[in-house]
Amino acid sequence: MDEIDITLTVNGTAHILSVSPRTTLADALRQGLGLTGTHVGCEHGVCGACTVIVDGAAMRSCLMLAAQAERHAITTVEGLGRPEALGPLQAAFRKHHALQCGFCTPGFLTTLHALLTEEPDADAERIREVVSGNLCRCTGYVAIIEAALEARAAYGHQEAEAC
Amino acid sequence: MKLPPLQYVRASSVSEAVDLLVQGAGDARILAGGQSLIPVLAFRLAAPAVLVDIGGIADLKRIDITDETVTLGALVRWVDIERSTALKAHMPLLPAVMAHVAHYQIRNRGTVGGSLAHCDPAAEMPGLAVTCDGTIILEGASGRREAPAVEVLTGALAAEIAEDEMIVALRFPRWRPERRWGFAEFARRQGDFAMAGIVAHFDQDADGVARDVHIGVIGATDRPTRLPGAEAALEGRIPDAMTIRDACRAVQDEVEPPEDIHASAAYRRALAGVMANQALRQAAGLPAAANGQ
Repeated sequence: MDEIDITLTVNGTAHILSVSPRTTLADALRQGLGLTGTHVGCEHGVCGACTVIVDGAAMRSCLMLAAQAERHAITTVEGLGRPEALGPLQAAFRKHHALQCGFCTPGFLTTLHALLTEEPDADAERIREVVSGNLCRCTGYVAIIEAALEARAAYGHQEAEAC
Repeated sequence: MKLPPLQYVRASSVSEAVDLLVQGAGDARILAGGQSLIPVLAFRLAAPAVLVDIGGIADLKRIDITDETVTLGALVRWVDIERSTALKAHMPLLPAVMAHVAHYQIRNRGTVGGSLAHCDPAAEMPGLAVTCDGTIILEGASGRREAPAVEVLTGALAAEIAEDEMIVALRFPRWRPERRWGFAEFARRQGDFAMAGIVAHFDQDADGVARDVHIGVIGATDRPTRLPGAEAALEGRIPDAMTIRDACRAVQDEVEPPEDIHASAAYRRALAGVMANQALRQAAGLPAAANGQ
């Protein structure tokens, strides 16, 4: 099939990519742009490892064609911080041991970043409900939720006054 | 698995999309949010030659509420319904059910039209469409037509939509302000497809008697369907615990569950009754039963 050109913004940088029409956004990010932080697990929308942020909303990049990202703004895990300057969620994951093998971690970070940006006061129940769309099979969810709760402060969450 | 080879075209209007379907001669499919269609392609259950992306057609993203109707455009997403203050006021059942649809990330992209066209028997929106007297509005080469949801959503992954047609909207009759409603479903994990689910609503007259009872099932049958026997068990009676128990027995008598790797038919039948008890007790304003049912 003929390749098509798409224009999209990834982590603040505009790109023009030539892709086969069947290419998913996940594969375009990884193979077209070398952004291999976005992990591809199940390739049918179940595991959540490939979650990226599209115009502020967390979405599965394996369930989007790259062509559907035309003129949209994408944030991947690479956009959430750098090794020498971790973002608040990344720092909290590290502190709380919220990752072991790390395969699922990019999807958790992007999902939680989108959530806390919109809902900085999300409580443990809401966070648990949201990350039910991300499968972790080695670390477990307790530390992930603790990390997310702590990271809320950086997104504007105000602790309730002790009384 | 990677998607099969295909061509991709964007339609900027419904009429252009229909033209592209006609050109595709049966080998073109509409792509909305893709949250059902792309997995189907990834599993190679379908391999259309052309995908017609309607994602840019702004007209299809509207939620319209009039004195008579509530209309959801084909591209209205689950998150749009979940957050709509107008729907919370005018048809609160719809936003309440959205928390059960798949997961957070899917709800940011999945659409009304996509779910109806995919027609999974366990999906929530087809169940709402059938139970709440929805009308599906389609546009095709010979123009626009309207059909009751129950006539379109006739089988598992087999909606009655012609090759040159696409869904443009789902329309419900306007909801009565005091209408009672309930919804319950059971899935093995949060966000999974329901093994059984019940949608229920009714009105109550001045004496507290249930009128215009609607009870529909998802997940426990080969298609979303209303349950006339269960509705009759409640119609014209006061929805107390005993009457609701009668209606739940009728649900269990009436459903014809499939048997699969996830559950036996007998289990699904029992589960449908339990879900009916939860949904109807919610609708009637009764506390959840002490045994968790």
